[in-house]
Amino acid sequence: MAKRSFAEYVANTQVWKSVFRHGPPDNARNRAAVVAGNVFLHLHPIKLKKSGVQLGYTWCMGGLTFFVFLALTITGVLLMFYYRPTAEYAFNDIIALREHVPLGIMRELHRWGAHLMVITVWIHMFRVFMTGSYKPPREFNWGVGVILLTLTLLLSFTGYLLPWDQLAIWAITVGSNMAKATPFLGHGGPGAALAKIGDFVMVSDKNDVRFQLLGGRFVGEPALLRFYILHCVFIPIVVAVLIAVHFWRVRKDGGISAPL
Amino acid sequence: MSVGRQKLNRREFFGWLSIGWITFSATCAGFASLVFRYLYPNVVFEPPMDFIAGFPSEYEEGVDERWKNGFGVWIYKNEGTLVAMSNICTHLGCVPNWLPAERKFKCPCHGSGYYPNGINFEGPAPRPLERYKVSLSADGKIIVDKSKVYRYEKGEWGNPGSFINV
Repeated sequence: MAKRSFAEYVANTQVWKSVFRHGPPDNARNRAAVVAGNVFLHLHPIKLKKSGVQLGYTWCMGGLTFFVFLALTITGVLLMFYYRPTAEYAFNDIIALREHVPLGIMRELHRWGAHLMVITVWIHMFRVFMTGSYKPPREFNWGVGVILLTLTLLLSFTGYLLPWDQLAIWAITVGSNMAKATPFLGHGGPGAALAKIGDFVMVSDKNDVRFQLLGGRFVGEPALLRFYILHCVFIPIVVAVLIAVHFWRVRKDGGISAPL
Repeated sequence: MSVGRQKLNRREFFGWLSIGWITFSATCAGFASLVFRYLYPNVVFEPPMDFIAGFPSEYEEGVDERWKNGFGVWIYKNEGTLVAMSNICTHLGCVPNWLPAERKFKCPCHGSGYYPNGINFEGPAPRPLERYKVSLSADGKIIVDKSKVYRYEKGEWGNPGSFINV
């Protein structure tokens, strides 16, 4: 009996075989099974066109955006171990993340990554636009991409408040005052003055969309908590789901950036 | 008649299916509307909208900053009238600073400038600072009510309540 290598021994254990249901990826069939049998990889096509991996075609900006999103998720979760979203602690915790916590660069990684993600998303959209990749049958995925762009900017906006310094508070004051001008739903917007019964004003600063966004009439502690939850839980979950849809549709709509 | 289960015919099946879906949809819509309401708190821990600002004789001519922190109000006394000004910039909602040496309000966000009476004269501010309702209580103290606003561009600065004679 020929002596088996250690690798062969491992590959024949029940544990290994229960995790990997296919043989070694040394032929086309098994390589396809690797992708099709993995919940994460199966969003990806089993086979690519040669042009799909050429940098000149895609600039890899979508892939880089996803990579940065993963990096932001990891650094963001790590930041949550030290950051408390209250008026009393928020600013000091941000300082402490730099001064007292090991690896004081963690918050900067998250901040730089956030800037980078906005940049790569824009370049990705620019590339998709210039290569005409929004055209049928990919127009639905362009729509998903536009929503993802908006959500990326909203992540950026909600994260901006969390350091709770003067820049943050006034930037969000200015930004959320735009919600005041929402037609019919904001108390300073067009149509709000019409929604009046006698002296009773239906849309006021106590019940318009800005109040709902901030949890108050100005940027205070309730706004900090709401933005924290939007930034750390709500928007990332929506983004993750839409990214899955986006990748799936890239595959289903004819593959990555190739002429159809 | 048999005691066992009656077989649904096609028409009855769709009837029950419709009832099921309508009930499910209505429950979801009801819950969604409750969630919408849930996001509007019944109580907010913010400063009250009205406050008593002392006797008019306590104020000197010109701009007074004592209520800026806490209530967001400047008291401006000029030639026998007293008004309460909002400290919210009419451009995008920052809080301007009162610069006594230059006798003007200057917003640090985008540079809007206002005269001591609240009229805008430089920067992107589109209109003068808003004024709040002022009145005198029975014992002669100033009551400022921020829930009632008077706007210059609507010609409301002459309205009763927008100022008091002192």
